[in-house]
Amino acid sequence: MSDVSLNFQDHVSPQTTGGEVQDYVALLKPRVMSLVVFTSVVGLALAPGPIHPFLGFVAVLAIAVGAGASGALNMWFDADIDGAMQRTAARPIPRGRVSKDEALALGVVLSAFSILVLGLATNWIAAGLLALTIGFYLFVYTMWLKRKTPQNIVIGGAAGAFPPMIGWTAVTGTVSLESIILFLIIFMWTPPHFWALALYRCRDYTRVGVPMLPVVEGPDSTRTHILVYSVILCAVSLLPAFIGLGGVLYLFASSALGAAFLYYAWQVYCVRHGDKADKTAKRLFVFSIFYLFALYLVLLLEGIVPGIMMPTGFDFKV
Amino acid sequence: MRFMKEDEVKKRNRRSIVIGLILLAFAILFYAITIIRLGGDVFNRPL
Repeated sequence: MSDVSLNFQDHVSPQTTGGEVQDYVALLKPRVMSLVVFTSVVGLALAPGPIHPFLGFVAVLAIAVGAGASGALNMWFDADIDGAMQRTAARPIPRGRVSKDEALALGVVLSAFSILVLGLATNWIAAGLLALTIGFYLFVYTMWLKRKTPQNIVIGGAAGAFPPMIGWTAVTGTVSLESIILFLIIFMWTPPHFWALALYRCRDYTRVGVPMLPVVEGPDSTRTHILVYSVILCAVSLLPAFIGLGGVLYLFASSALGAAFLYYAWQVYCVRHGDKADKTAKRLFVFSIFYLFALYLVLLLEGIVPGIMMPTGFDFKV
Repeated sequence: MRFMKEDEVKKRNRRSIVIGLILLAFAILFYAITIIRLGGDVFNRPL
């Protein structure tokens, strides 16, 4: 064999040299994955009925990988605008570390594997919900709504709300009222969370033509929307205490956290000019992450720590 | 077309190792899921 034939397979075009392993990990949006893992664990832990611990672990792993796959597919489709936005310019595709084709391949393969593994390890209803989540995030949110309507995040937010429901269904094999309420909390949390971000990243979205609410209807209308959705979120977050999913501790925690959320939303509503307006929006954005984490943590603790759960006395579940 | 640089070859090798490890983990995962789902019945079948 000649030297030429020996080296033949090392010939590459500049676009296909590939990135480091961590570049592919970054395609999976690890920070989003961590929230998905946590909320799906809560859904899984609160669901009535047994699940083998290893299968429970596999279910959470599959949901996390499915969420990561959605992230890779989102970065594949949005590569053109990601490079022009300050917040996303450092992602692997805009930086030239990973090609679009690689991101697409990774997303498709991981989607298929995560759905297959979840179906085999638990049940096919949970796997179907995971498929729905990935499909919804890619086709409905990323490809359709994101660049078309300021309501993008309201409807598209459903994709991020599914994980606790998938966790619940992995155990029970059904979608019940409790899992729908776990879904609704994240569904109502997503708009004020992202609109707070969009308020101080408005220029980014304007530059790339993504019709986020502050771009289309202006910051003042966005502030009103944030306040209205925050009130609805606080009301929805109390529901677990009224159907036996959360106890007295949850009722107090959700009331206190809700009051704090409303305070930050009110601050955003009132402070409308200058750097201080951006700061209040940032504060709400950061607090909203803590809010969701704390809310679900209290639910989890009441569900798994014996003796903590004290029924509220309200049980309106039909 | 051009030759890969040394660091690009190293990167490719690292990726290959990770892909290999993931495939191995996946095979073990499938095996474990099968055994757990079937339970003791896996040994109680006509051969």
